[in-house]
Amino acid sequence: MAILTLREALNQALTEEMERDPSVFIMGEEVAQYDGAYKVTKGMLAKFGPMRVVDSPISEAGFAGLGVGAAMCGLRPVIEMMTWNFAIQAFDQIINHAAKMLYMSGGQYKVPMVIRGPHGAAHMLGAQHSQCVDHMLVNCPGLKIVSTVIPAEAKGLMKSAIRDDNTVLFLESEMLYGRSGEVPEGEYTIPLGVGDIKREGTDVTLVAWNKMVLLALDVAAELEKEGISVEIVDPRTLMPLDEDMIFNSVRKTNRLVVLEEGWGVASFGCHIVDRVVKECFDYLDAPPERVTNLFVPMPYNERLEHEVMPTAERTISAIKAVLYK
Amino acid sequence: MAQKLSNQLLVAFYKEMLLGRRIEERVGQLYVQQKFSGFCHLYIGQEAVGTGCLNAIRKGQDYVITGYRDHFLPIILGMDPGMMLSELLGKVTGCARGKGGSMHMFSEKLRFMGGHGIVGGQVPLAVGAAWKIKYNKEDNVALCFLGDAAINQGQFHEALNMAAIWDLPCIIIIENNMYGMGTAISRTCSLNNLADRAKGYNMRQAIVDGRNVVNTYNQMKEIVEETRKTSKPILVEIQTYRFRGHSVSDPGNYRTKEEVEKERSRDCLILLKDIMLQQKAAKEDDFETYEEEIADIVEKAVTFADEAPEPGLEEIYEHVLV
Ligand SMILES: Cc1ncc(C[n+]2csc(CCOP(=O)(O)OP(=O)(O)O)c2C)c(N)n1
Repeated sequence: MAILTLREALNQALTEEMERDPSVFIMGEEVAQYDGAYKVTKGMLAKFGPMRVVDSPISEAGFAGLGVGAAMCGLRPVIEMMTWNFAIQAFDQIINHAAKMLYMSGGQYKVPMVIRGPHGAAHMLGAQHSQCVDHMLVNCPGLKIVSTVIPAEAKGLMKSAIRDDNTVLFLESEMLYGRSGEVPEGEYTIPLGVGDIKREGTDVTLVAWNKMVLLALDVAAELEKEGISVEIVDPRTLMPLDEDMIFNSVRKTNRLVVLEEGWGVASFGCHIVDRVVKECFDYLDAPPERVTNLFVPMPYNERLEHEVMPTAERTISAIKAVLYK
Repeated sequence: MAQKLSNQLLVAFYKEMLLGRRIEERVGQLYVQQKFSGFCHLYIGQEAVGTGCLNAIRKGQDYVITGYRDHFLPIILGMDPGMMLSELLGKVTGCARGKGGSMHMFSEKLRFMGGHGIVGGQVPLAVGAAWKIKYNKEDNVALCFLGDAAINQGQFHEALNMAAIWDLPCIIIIENNMYGMGTAISRTCSLNNLADRAKGYNMRQAIVDGRNVVNTYNQMKEIVEETRKTSKPILVEIQTYRFRGHSVSDPGNYRTKEEVEKERSRDCLILLKDIMLQQKAAKEDDFETYEEEIADIVEKAVTFADEAPEPGLEEIYEHVLV
C-alpha cells in the first residue's frame, strides 16, 4: 500500500471522484490557483479546469448557498471551507437550507453536497481560529457528519461522502494534513455510519474521534505499561452514529470515557454518555467520565493552549477514575 | 412598453391574476376560520409581478425560487391550486406532503425550488441554479424573487458578487412593495432606486413598473432572452404594492389610509381590465364570466384540500435523510 499524507489521501479521493463523475466540482477560497490553503486540492485546477476547481470570493454563506442550489439542481458540489471557523458564517446555509431541504420539500429536493475543511485547534492560532464545530452541528437533523484524520479513512470516507445523496459535513484537522499512513490504491470506500475499533482492550472503553484518536492511542500505550487495557472506539461518522459498536464495547469493558476536543457543555460526548447510560446501564461498573477542552475561548499562549486542550494527564486520570484506581 | 399583446394572452393573464387574487382572498378566510395556522403572507396586489415574470420564461425548464410569499408563483408555473391549498392545510396531498406549509411550497417537477423563510437566504441558491445551468452549458435561466427588505442582507451581496464575476444566467427580482414588515424601505436603504445595488457589482439592472402586467411581461421577456443569450446576471426592481398587511395577523397600521387608497386605485387587475376594454379584448360582461370561472376553480380546490387526508404519523421520520 502507498504511504500518503492526509492531504494526499484527500486529494486522491477528490481526484478519483471527479474523474468518475463529471457532476462533481470543488469550490472554495484558494482551492484553484493557489492549490488550496492547505494544499488539499494541489494540482486539481490543472487537471480539471476552472469550471470544476473554482476559486471563490471570501463569502462563506454565499458559496455554501451556491452549493445548495447547484446540488438541488443535480450537481454534486464539494465546498471547501478554509477552516470550519469561517464556516460559522455559513451556518444559515448549512442548517436552515441544506439540512432541511429534503424534509420541507416532502422528499423532492435532495442536497448531495460535501462541505469539508479542518476544524479544532491547530497551534497558537488564538480563539477565533481554534474552534471545534461538531457539537454545534450534530444536533441538527438532516446532515451527515464525518470526522477523521487518518489518511486511509479520509480517502474511503470522502469517496462515500461525495457519492452520498445527503449533505455530508467532513471535519479534518490542520495539524494533521502532513501526517502519513498507508492508503489503499484505487477504488476504496468506507461506508458512512460504521465506526472502527482503533485498539482492542478489556478494561475500559475510550471513545475518541478526529485528532483525539491519536491522543487516545498514546494514552493507551502508556497505560498498557501499568497493566490497564484500553479499548479505543472511533465512530468516524458522528451522524449517523455507530451506536452498536459503542454499546458492544461498553458491555465488554463495563466502563466508559469519552475524549473529545471542543467544549464539554451540551457536547457530542454528552450525547454518547446519555445513550450509553440508557442502553447499557446494567453493564456499567462506574459513572462515565468525559475529557474535553476547558470551558474558555482558546488562549494564544502555547502553555495555556496545551492545558486547555484535552491532555494525556487528564485522560489518564479519567480512565483511572472509572477504574477506581 | 408599446408592444401590444394578443387578446388571447390578455385574457389568459387576466384570469391568472384573478385566480391569484381570489385564491389568496380565500386563503385569508381559511386562516380566519382557523383551518390552518402559522404565518401566512398574501400576495394580493402583487399579482402582475408573478404573472408578468413567469409567463416570460420557459415554465418547467427555467428555475424559479422565492421567499415566503409563495402561494401564487407555483400555480402560475402549473401547480394545481388544490395541491397548493392542501399544502397550506398541512395535508399529505400538498406539494410538500404537508411538511412545508405556507412558507415552503416546492415542486421539483416544475423546477420551483421553493419558498424560503430566511430573508435573503434563497439568493445564493438561485445563483447555484444558475451555476448548474452554466456548468452543463444549458440556455436556461434562474429566476430569484425576493422582497425589498432582503437587499440589506449579506447573503444577497455575496450572491450578486458571485453571479457577476462568473457571468451566471441569474435574474434577481426585487419585488419592491415598499415595506419589510412594518418598516418602509426608505428607512432601511439609502438608495432611491433599489436596482442601483447592481452598480456595486458591475451588473446589468432594470426597473419595471409591476402594476401593468403588459409592461412587466414585455420587459421581462426582453430581460430573459438577453440573459439566455449573454449568460449575464441582472438585478431587476419591480415596483409593486401589497394591499394587505405583511401577514394575515398584521393590520398594517404603519401605512396611512390615503396611501393604501391611492395604491389600490392602481390595482393591477383594474389596469389590465382597462387595457382589455380599450383594446376590445373583452367586453364588460366577460369579466363576470371570468369571475364565475375562477370562483369555481377556487371552490373546487378548497373542497379538495379540506377533504384531503392528513399525513400519517409514519411520515415524521421520512425525508430526514435520503
Ligand atoms: C433572516 C431573517 N430575519 C428576519 C426575518 C423576519 N421577517 C420575515 S419577513 C420580514 C420582512 C421582509 O420584507 P421583504 O423582504 O421586503 O419582503 P416582503 O414581505 O415585502 O415580501 C422579516 C423581517 C426572517 N424571516 N429572516
